[in-house]
Amino acid sequence: MEAAIDEPLADAERKALARCRHAVLGVERPLRLDCGVELGPYRVAYQTYGTLNADKSNAVLICHALTLDQFVAEEHPVTGKEGWWESLVGPGKVLDPARYFIICINVLGGCMGTTGPLAQDASGQPWNLRFPVVTVADMVRTQAALLDHLGIPDLFCVIGGSMGGMQVLEWAASYPARVFTAVPIACAARHSAQNIAFHEVGRQAIMADPEWKGGDYRLHNTVPARGLSVARMTAHITYLSEQALQRKFGRALQDRDALGFGFDADFQVESYLRYQGSTFVDRFDANSYLYITRAMDYFDLAAAHDGVLANAFKGTPTRFCLFSFTSDWLFPTRESREIVHALNAAAANVSFVEVESDKGHDAFLLDEPEMFRTLAGFLKGAAAVRGLKGVP
Amino acid sequence: MTAAAIRVDLQLIADMVDPATRALDVGCGDGSLLAYLVNFKRVDARGMELSQTGVNACVASGLSVIQGDADADLRDYPDDAFDYVILSQTLQATREPREVLRQMLRVGKRAIVSFPNFAHWQVRLRLVFGGRMPETPSLPYKWYDTPNIHLCSIDDFRGLCRDMGVRIERAIVLDRNSKPISLPPLLANLLGEQAVFMLQRD
Repeated sequence: MEAAIDEPLADAERKALARCRHAVLGVERPLRLDCGVELGPYRVAYQTYGTLNADKSNAVLICHALTLDQFVAEEHPVTGKEGWWESLVGPGKVLDPARYFIICINVLGGCMGTTGPLAQDASGQPWNLRFPVVTVADMVRTQAALLDHLGIPDLFCVIGGSMGGMQVLEWAASYPARVFTAVPIACAARHSAQNIAFHEVGRQAIMADPEWKGGDYRLHNTVPARGLSVARMTAHITYLSEQALQRKFGRALQDRDALGFGFDADFQVESYLRYQGSTFVDRFDANSYLYITRAMDYFDLAAAHDGVLANAFKGTPTRFCLFSFTSDWLFPTRESREIVHALNAAAANVSFVEVESDKGHDAFLLDEPEMFRTLAGFLKGAAAVRGLKGVP
Repeated sequence: MTAAAIRVDLQLIADMVDPATRALDVGCGDGSLLAYLVNFKRVDARGMELSQTGVNACVASGLSVIQGDADADLRDYPDDAFDYVILSQTLQATREPREVLRQMLRVGKRAIVSFPNFAHWQVRLRLVFGGRMPETPSLPYKWYDTPNIHLCSIDDFRGLCRDMGVRIERAIVLDRNSKPISLPPLLANLLGEQAVFMLQRD
């Protein structure tokens, strides 16, 4: 019989689990986290598209970014919006379920079904802030454990943007034999001081909200909505670019002809950010936001390999294709270039594409024909080498 | 698969590369040599190209290419990472040709270099009798917009190899139609429009 975890679920979690698959892992052998804590059993929520072929050679793992989840290419069970990567994944798209078995797993510490601070500890108490701090490497360990559970020996491709890209790099470094191609998009091998700083502002906003109650808001039936919403507003600015904001909003006023001489949302850009903040609260958990931003802050792949990034990729058999976007200032091109230099130093097989776009960091989620065209070519070349049939 | 037609000088380079080896093409342009090496010689071939547009086109056709240039980016690679490092029609555009050659022979067991011969008779005639900077099919630029900042003759190149203690394994001299011609060195330096050298550390 499948293992199960019996605990009350948050509303969004329940809706998510009703619409995806999940596995309970770490029952016999708990997962040893980087922080030293042993976690188990834990639940992993995931979604799949397509079918695993007979020789199990067509599996593609999509690693999601900070606030995204396993609902890559379908209507989201909580927001009702279309899947976050439908531009890339779907029939006739670059990642076509007719060809690939596509898996996306909600990260450890997340709030869409995978174990995180919303879950309960062994004594039946909600973890909240007592949940151990997890790392990107821990997330990847749970993903590898799920693949073991599903009997998938290796992956044709591991792909992801932003924090997803960090997971891709971690996969390539930790399980090189299981990764045929790695596609880290708009990411870095370590989180920069500026990025940590922005995350800290977001976390402080959440913790400053009186409704946060030291992380125990669920026990008090409150929601730190203001704090989480401000965190999202700050983060959202970092996902865009100056040009994109200017092009979209300029100084245009919101529902008025003249300045209001007050502090309502006079400008469209304010109204837009407020909307982004308030809708985020409906689908994301504040504590989960603390944990996942922390995981990104802690990410430093070189540090885990004697301070030399190239050591992380020594002798790697993986074929890499990196992408960056010209207007991305959260993960600028030079961060990708540093990874390329390290891969060169390891004599790895690497391609690197910088895409011209004024859409900032978010470009990786949007319709970017240049990215799709080059990614399709890269995957086609790799499929030929792997002997994977049916990749046009 | 039918044999793709590639430029004659690139074909000559491709013929120098043994099948199923590892090669790095520095300044790979549109990737035609890379594609040939991958498809017809099963070479694990990688490319480096200055223009991002060129890189993206190469990657879109399934080739492993990064943006970079010979002067700055060869030093990243470890010793003996490749069997061949190829530099076609680019040496004369590098800032430090000598250092580039040194890096090529560090990273690769062999280096294959092709370049236009600045001592070709047409070049000499245009400068001596025309009194103008030479423009020829292999040197098609005006003096003010040429990327070629370190032009050399075939004999100059041989001299550099001698100074660097680099062994010339093969030298092929090409005529105006990119056909290999067999001539004694003095005539080769006069009649060869381009040259392809295969070099090895001594």
